[in-house]
Amino acid sequence: MTDRAEDTKQELTKFGKGVVSQIKEKDTPSINLPIRTLANVFFDEKNSVIRLGNKVSKRQYLNVAHTRKFMQTMMVAAECKKIINQNVYTSIRDLYYALKRTIPDTKENTFEEQAESDPILEDIEAALNTLREKLHLQADRKGYLAGNIIIKDTGDEIDAAKMGSSGWAIPSNAESERIQFGNCKAEYVLLVEKDAVWQRLNEDKFWKKQNCLILTGKGQPARGARRLVNRLHRELKLPIYVLTDADVWGYYIYSVVKQGSINLSFLSDRLGTPNAQFIGLTTNDVQKFDIPKNVTIKLNDQDLKRANEMLKYRWFKAKEWQDEIKHMLNVGYKLELEALSAKGIKFISEKYLPEKIEKKDFLP
Amino acid sequence: MTKQEVVEPNIHKQVSISEFFEKNRHLLGYDSKIKAMLIIVKEGVDNSLDATEEVDTLPDIYVKIEELEKEKYKIVIRDNGPGISKNQIPKIFGTLLYGSKFHRLRQSRGQQGLGISMAVLYAQLTTGEPTEVLSSRGNGRTNKFKLKIDVKKNEPVILSEEVIEGREWKGTQVTFICEGIYREHKQSVLEYLKQTAISNPYANITFDSPSGKIDFKRGVEKLPSQPGEIKPHLAGVELGIMVRMLHDTSTRSILGFLTTEFSRVGKTTADEICKKSEIDPRTSPSKITDSDVIKIIKAVKEVKLTRPPTDCLSPLGSTSIESGLKKELDPEFMATVTRPPEVYRGWPFQIEVGIAYGGSITESKLMRFANRVPLLYQQGDCAITKSAQGVDWKRYGIEADKLPKGPVVIFAHMISVWVPFTSESKEAVASYPVIIKEVKLALQEAARKISLYLSGIRKAQAIAERKSIFERYAHETAVALHELTGSKVDEVEKQIKDIVDERWQDLENEKNGDSNKNNKPEEKPEVKEEKKAAKTEEEPAEEKAKKEEKKGE
Repeated sequence: MTDRAEDTKQELTKFGKGVVSQIKEKDTPSINLPIRTLANVFFDEKNSVIRLGNKVSKRQYLNVAHTRKFMQTMMVAAECKKIINQNVYTSIRDLYYALKRTIPDTKENTFEEQAESDPILEDIEAALNTLREKLHLQADRKGYLAGNIIIKDTGDEIDAAKMGSSGWAIPSNAESERIQFGNCKAEYVLLVEKDAVWQRLNEDKFWKKQNCLILTGKGQPARGARRLVNRLHRELKLPIYVLTDADVWGYYIYSVVKQGSINLSFLSDRLGTPNAQFIGLTTNDVQKFDIPKNVTIKLNDQDLKRANEMLKYRWFKAKEWQDEIKHMLNVGYKLELEALSAKGIKFISEKYLPEKIEKKDFLP
Repeated sequence: MTKQEVVEPNIHKQVSISEFFEKNRHLLGYDSKIKAMLIIVKEGVDNSLDATEEVDTLPDIYVKIEELEKEKYKIVIRDNGPGISKNQIPKIFGTLLYGSKFHRLRQSRGQQGLGISMAVLYAQLTTGEPTEVLSSRGNGRTNKFKLKIDVKKNEPVILSEEVIEGREWKGTQVTFICEGIYREHKQSVLEYLKQTAISNPYANITFDSPSGKIDFKRGVEKLPSQPGEIKPHLAGVELGIMVRMLHDTSTRSILGFLTTEFSRVGKTTADEICKKSEIDPRTSPSKITDSDVIKIIKAVKEVKLTRPPTDCLSPLGSTSIESGLKKELDPEFMATVTRPPEVYRGWPFQIEVGIAYGGSITESKLMRFANRVPLLYQQGDCAITKSAQGVDWKRYGIEADKLPKGPVVIFAHMISVWVPFTSESKEAVASYPVIIKEVKLALQEAARKISLYLSGIRKAQAIAERKSIFERYAHETAVALHELTGSKVDEVEKQIKDIVDERWQDLENEKNGDSNKNNKPEEKPEVKEEKKAAKTEEEPAEEKAKKEEKKGE
């Protein structure tokens, strides 16, 4: 067991002792939890990341709306301590099953679904200012990487340039205890929203021609992929370019990669990469690259609503982004990455991306 | 039984209609063998109760039903009333429509003098057996009659008559031998007696039934006040009645007739009526023609009449209603309402209701009563039912499908000198709008009381539920704390429960805002914070992004 695991254990014990002493003092048992919502995040202009504010909510045992969650919080904390003690790593789904049981003399379960235990775990991470990885928990892995880099994963050396058509699967835990970087020849990282586009680029050996790493999070990248991007940038000084659909959800994915998310705002330093740049698609590209109008998609009500909300977010205040979102609202359409295939199947890898990178045609 | 010497002989009227009712007995409710049993018992018991009340005696009533052979029964009804004089017995039991009640208006159970003699007729028609009447006025002498009815002449036929000396008792006992079928269902003798015991809680009723003896014990020792007698009110008088009254009156002029025979008619009003109907006020009542009567009735509608007096009514009152409901239904809670008297078509009436909730009550029931008599049939046609259906029970926290469902018994009682039944069998109250309105108002008021009670219970349940939540999670919390810190499970669990015991009451008070809020100001805003937080979390804006994020984590 490492010292760091010992620290986490100490934190958990302290957490429990706080409650036990309240009980001994005959105080109403309560715990303070940082509020993890839009109401309690702010945009750190200096570091350009979303940060958790200092508002806390009190989870009180003697509040009918909190009692069950209070018990669940204690149970999750206890279980984390147990798995650290056993020096094993387990999934958040395992955690849910390990804790699910019928409360004595009732027909009620301690947890009814994983959706109950997941946010409790995030509460504990935020309350103890720790990481689930340090709590020996991991999420399902999601995301792939290919390119000229040697990855050291728990003793194995992996050449990401020799992963065939599927690429290297990014683990859920991309912390340095597990993943280290070996020799890297790549000059930048291209993070692609869509797996299908990643496969197109991999097949075209785009990473070889452009000497880069291509990485996909398959939609919104999970913690593992975001942490990996963060470290590639920080440790190897690789520029990060993000390629998504030209729609509100694509832009939001970019913002999460760049500045962190509201829900995990307490982890923005680890998961956010403020220097990431947006390569495309933008609705302006339609004109620039003469993309036929018939592959665009009309904005729906949700798109309109979301776009208007995004205009107000602190982290979309850059003039270029305001212009792009307003332009999108003006023209009234969005488009998917695959729409570029209308210009030919290799248009994206042979024309669109090289030209954008060469001209440094990015959004901040 | 009821018609004793209190009644002056000269106002007894005989109407020869035996033959008519022989052929049309369904008009009086004798349409099935099951129902016939009920009606005979009902007529007997109604008369017994009227008789005992009239002489301020707490009723002791004995009913026996004995199966003689298949579908042939002996029915005995005995009371402790004043007894009936020897010469009245044959007339009362052997003549249809013998009675004085057309002319004497007061709140009573029987109205037409048709009931008991019709039972005699029914027995005679179905088994050929005479009815036996024993009655004593408490002088050691008992008169015993066996009689039938001469259908053609509408006259009693006395088969035997004797005087038994030496037995000290007071009251009347009637024995019928008739066809019938005994059941104990919703509209049975048993149900009738049970409901009678509710609406007459000052009566002791013993029922010796084919399936055993049942006692409906007296709940209150006090009789309701004697209802007063009133004269008819002009607004309610119809042609036939007025013709008869004109025939019977001892007044000498139409003016005198109007002011003397009717309730609250002064000389001015009578003059006005005469003027409008173009009849000389001095005309002798015997000279008034039927067409004059029509004119008078028309004129009555055009003049302003004083409302009839209402002090002639005698409601049971909430103590008696509650006593009746309590002893027969054993509910958890009751609410009663007595409305002020009202008038329909010149007849004073009054509504009183009770709602019994929970306790031993398992299914809902609407109990309708008219002048303390349960109405078991024709529920759908009754004004009371319409009123009850018109109440929005759900508004009062009472589950309902038009009528309440669940453990609710409604007691609704119409009191009047003249109850407007929809038919001769007296099973449903006619739907005068003012009656429907009064019953509805009474039920709504009672329902409000029930609703207050229920919300109290529900609140208490909610409080208990909240406390049980605090207790429910104590064990698992203690186990988790043990795993985290090594604290003792039992000890911490007990300490948590102690804190709950000590503090939850304060929390309740705080929630209700009736305690000094300043006690723990630090807790409230922060509690709000988490609630608010939970809400913001569901902002649609975050939805997709969050979902996708979740998938990855």
